[in-house]
Amino acid sequence: MIVAVASGKGGTGKTTVTASLATVWDGPLVAVDLDVEEPNLHLFLQPAISGSQTAHMPVPLVDESRCTYCGACSDLCQFKAISVMGQLVLTFPEMCHGCGGCLAVCPEKALSPGQRELGEISWGRVGQVVFLSGRLRIGEAMSPPLMRRVKAKLEQMLPANGGDAIIDAPPGVSCPAVNAVIDSDVVLLVTEPTPFGFYDFQLAWEAFSPLGKPLAAVINRAGLGHDAVYRFCREKGLPILAEIPYDRSIAEAYARGRIITEVSAGLRENFISLRDKLRDLARPGPSGKAVHA
Amino acid sequence: MSIIAVTSEGPSLDDQVDPRFGRAAGFLVVDLETMDTRYISNGQSQVMAQGAGIQAAEIIAREGVGWVLTGYVGPKAFKALSAAGIKVGQNLEGLTVRQAMERFKSGSIESAQGANRTGR
Repeated sequence: MIVAVASGKGGTGKTTVTASLATVWDGPLVAVDLDVEEPNLHLFLQPAISGSQTAHMPVPLVDESRCTYCGACSDLCQFKAISVMGQLVLTFPEMCHGCGGCLAVCPEKALSPGQRELGEISWGRVGQVVFLSGRLRIGEAMSPPLMRRVKAKLEQMLPANGGDAIIDAPPGVSCPAVNAVIDSDVVLLVTEPTPFGFYDFQLAWEAFSPLGKPLAAVINRAGLGHDAVYRFCREKGLPILAEIPYDRSIAEAYARGRIITEVSAGLRENFISLRDKLRDLARPGPSGKAVHA
Repeated sequence: MSIIAVTSEGPSLDDQVDPRFGRAAGFLVVDLETMDTRYISNGQSQVMAQGAGIQAAEIIAREGVGWVLTGYVGPKAFKALSAAGIKVGQNLEGLTVRQAMERFKSGSIESAQGANRTGR
């Protein structure tokens, strides 16, 4: 089972929920930080890192001695990563999406695959939890290519590690967020009952519900704000699997880099119950659809 | 060079210079000897998610212009224009195309040495 912990609004508690679930997981687990633009799951899990690798994407390299300036590459590229200007071929590697189309259409075989560095993938372990994370290179504009490489690594790791994973997704509802949830079995939306939280929660629901996966909510900072998010979940049939109270002791623990299941036995019970409800949600019911969806 | 392109908000000499190069509404290509003008829409570049400046440079390079007069040019567009041998007169926003052209003819527009906008 792969659980993606997502949100519309940033700062609602995705990492808090991911780290807490990891500490109460009752079997092997891979905890994945796919928020590659600002990974922070390691700050809470504090894994011992055992390996890392640099991730790259293919970009075109031009052999000017073979190029006839026919412009086939330039015509094909929708991102203007390669452009023929008179007797010059210009490449803009930072604009390239790595599709390889220019290499395929070049009739003179004047293009070969070069590399653009995307960032770093690292992994390690804390207790029975395997940790996996991506970190985008500073200056790199696109995060999905690196995320796809982290997910490929996850796919390699899963069979030997029990098959369960929790993904800490990036905030928002654009390409990186969709990329983080698209391969999951359950999408868990963490929100807070404030106007901002509610507004972005609706966007997240609009973005993720068409994926046809079981969706559920966790309300963080419960007791703050208003009840719009509760009414919305009722209307849409979206189960609220857990509430985390708005409580100073939780904020203090978070600020010290602690996992909040350590704060009280009650909170720990809360996450154990959340874990079990997620398992139920991921299990397909008789109709082939998930039980509570 | 007698043919120039001016980024323009519309098809006539009395339209405003479009301050943007890559996402300009269009280009007014003017032959300074005959004063023939031709308007080329840049709509296909405006809708691009990225690379509008590079594509705009390709479009005007095909017109055989020696100069482009505009407001702001980003680094990638500047690189593409330089590669095509097109000189750039920039910071001309707020003028009409005709005023920009007259200023060019008077010789008071200098060829820019670099981009005057940061890229995305």
